[in-house]
Amino acid sequence: MSFKHKHLLGIAPLSVEEIMLILETADSFKEVSGREIKKVPALRGKTVVNLFFEPSTRTRTSFELAAKRLSADVINFTPSNSSVIKGETLLDTARNIEAMQADIIVLRHPAAGAAETLARGVKSSVINAGDGWHEHPTQALLDLYTLREKKRDFKGLKVAIVGDVAHSRVARSNIHALTKVGADVRVIGPRTMMPCGIERLGVRPYDNLDEGLRGVDVIMMLRLQLERQGRALFPTIREYSRLYGLTAERLKLAEPGALVMHPGPINRGVEIAPDVADSFASVILDQVTNGVAVRMGILYLLSGANE
Amino acid sequence: MTILIKGGQVIDPGRVNGPADVLIEQGKIAAVGPKLKAPANAKIIDATNKVVMPGFIDLHVHFREPGFEYKETIESGTAAAAAGGFTSVCCMPNTNPVNDNQSITEFILEKARAAGNANVFPVGAITKGSEGKELAEIGDLRRAGCVAISDDGLPVMNSLVMRRAMEYALAFDVPVVDHCEDLHLSEGGCMNEGFVSTQLGLQGVPAAAEDVMVARNLALAELTGARLHLAHLSTAGSVRMVREAKARGIKVTAEAAPHHFMLTEEAVCGYNTHAKMNPPLRTGMDVQAIKDGLRDGTIDVIATDHAPHATQEKQQEFAAAPNGIVGLETAWPLTLTLVEEGVLSLETAIAKLTTEPARAFSLKKGTLAPGADADVVIADLHEGWEVDPARFRSKGRNTPFAGWKVKGRITTTIVGGRIVHETT
Repeated sequence: MSFKHKHLLGIAPLSVEEIMLILETADSFKEVSGREIKKVPALRGKTVVNLFFEPSTRTRTSFELAAKRLSADVINFTPSNSSVIKGETLLDTARNIEAMQADIIVLRHPAAGAAETLARGVKSSVINAGDGWHEHPTQALLDLYTLREKKRDFKGLKVAIVGDVAHSRVARSNIHALTKVGADVRVIGPRTMMPCGIERLGVRPYDNLDEGLRGVDVIMMLRLQLERQGRALFPTIREYSRLYGLTAERLKLAEPGALVMHPGPINRGVEIAPDVADSFASVILDQVTNGVAVRMGILYLLSGANE
Repeated sequence: MTILIKGGQVIDPGRVNGPADVLIEQGKIAAVGPKLKAPANAKIIDATNKVVMPGFIDLHVHFREPGFEYKETIESGTAAAAAGGFTSVCCMPNTNPVNDNQSITEFILEKARAAGNANVFPVGAITKGSEGKELAEIGDLRRAGCVAISDDGLPVMNSLVMRRAMEYALAFDVPVVDHCEDLHLSEGGCMNEGFVSTQLGLQGVPAAAEDVMVARNLALAELTGARLHLAHLSTAGSVRMVREAKARGIKVTAEAAPHHFMLTEEAVCGYNTHAKMNPPLRTGMDVQAIKDGLRDGTIDVIATDHAPHATQEKQQEFAAAPNGIVGLETAWPLTLTLVEEGVLSLETAIAKLTTEPARAFSLKKGTLAPGADADVVIADLHEGWEVDPARFRSKGRNTPFAGWKVKGRITTTIVGGRIVHETT
């Protein structure tokens, strides 16, 4: 089976087969990252541009490593040192980059739909590395990859996503990905953090953490945007942490052997207690490792689709 | 100029509906009746198989001048009006500077006279700079030619200021127009709040943001006895409250824009900035409620909220793109879809573009009664055409209806006895 898409804009447009193909492709690249010489020539001569309109060390670094391990040339383009602050539009910026023969543009942007807008305007392949609250598909794919490693089967796997679902692209992409592969997904958080009609995405909302955690196999904690404190979503970090923070005590409500995930960077002591983040249950660092392999797989598949 | 419009079906809502000729002399309607004789020097317009109506009136347009001439000017806006069959338009005060004093009003009227494409009736600001704090000189605005007052787009949030505006406006018998939006509830939102906004990851504006302000305005209209006109209703809740208020005798009129009875929030999918407007496109249930409101007269007027923007502005990311679409040149065929669906009779549909808006703002327009200004539009009901923004007279190309196959065409527009638009 070949990958038919030119872009990776979100999980929503992908079929289960395509998701599995990405995971299987990532398998072969995970092995590369374990070698003494962590490099293959698959993308030699290709140019990958990381176009990041939001600060993100982790995702950008992961993409950069992935592209370099595939022998692509990588340019990092961030608005702080570019013409963006001179008032150039997203489309013009991207067209300039394209004029330098970029094969793949990896876009992180604060506006939902930015990747889709860009994909319509340029000939390069576009990878969405996070657009507003909309999607962060590579995060969901690396989460699935990690789950597959640890739990093998997705079918019937009980997954809880905890936190500010309304304002989270990670939550949206994971809801799409997990429901597609047959997991049983619930979302937990105060109603101020639940978007309208969330049940219609095939998940069950809970506003009580203890109730929601009962019997789950996987707990995905979302990063709390601390700047939202007091702005009507939650009164104080203290209260949020008490009501929705994952503690060792609460972890016991889940199935024995339940996994704890977090897209990072974590707020220790806010949404996740330090001992939980560092516990045996936590696969947070595996997620980071797998991120490189999954992104290698995606870059590889999209560069092939381009030819 | 003497013009005889022959052989058409004249629909002058509430007065005439049937085959008749229309004679125009010296800028006025001279006669309407069967088989009129053409005076010697008359230009004859053959209106066979066409309807002949009072020129349309749009209570809600944004012509961007002064301040944003790159989006639209009074000249290009009135040319778009003429092309769409509108002979009178009411332009909103959110220009730069804001139309909150008589010199801006006079400037607008002067530009309109120079362009000569359509009658322009400015709407003055309620508050200075539309800042929602101090009342503008409403008496002066009225005397200079403003026909209504509104802080459209920057709604008056302070209920006391709104109360005072309504009370003060009573002295001038001028309607107070409100764009109903609770700015706290809508803050940061760029489309309707619902499942679609959840899927797209866009911040929503709940229907309640409109409903809350409709309720407030109705309460204040009841308190003060002022004439209230509610702009571009978009929610089922608004329609329900206005219906109830009218039944209780509150002096309120209301308008709806074609996009709010043609499209739902689904049009935003794909981050289509041409489906971004304020109030946003709502759900199918709201669309149905708007149609019901138009049918039972709760909504008196169809107004376009013509809001031109430059192409590059609409090419931005969805959240960054400005609100609004152009409407003047598509209003007629879109209104006719209501007739086709059986929501409105042809005469009622035309009334919502002519007699009803004239009544809402007390304009001496919208009729073909002998002696009236000869503002006339002749249109076809059935001719199919494809909406092509490149052919718009407006500077704005921002429409979600591009490429739509529509029916019904404006063939001739006459303002004050002068032909200002003809399709060739």
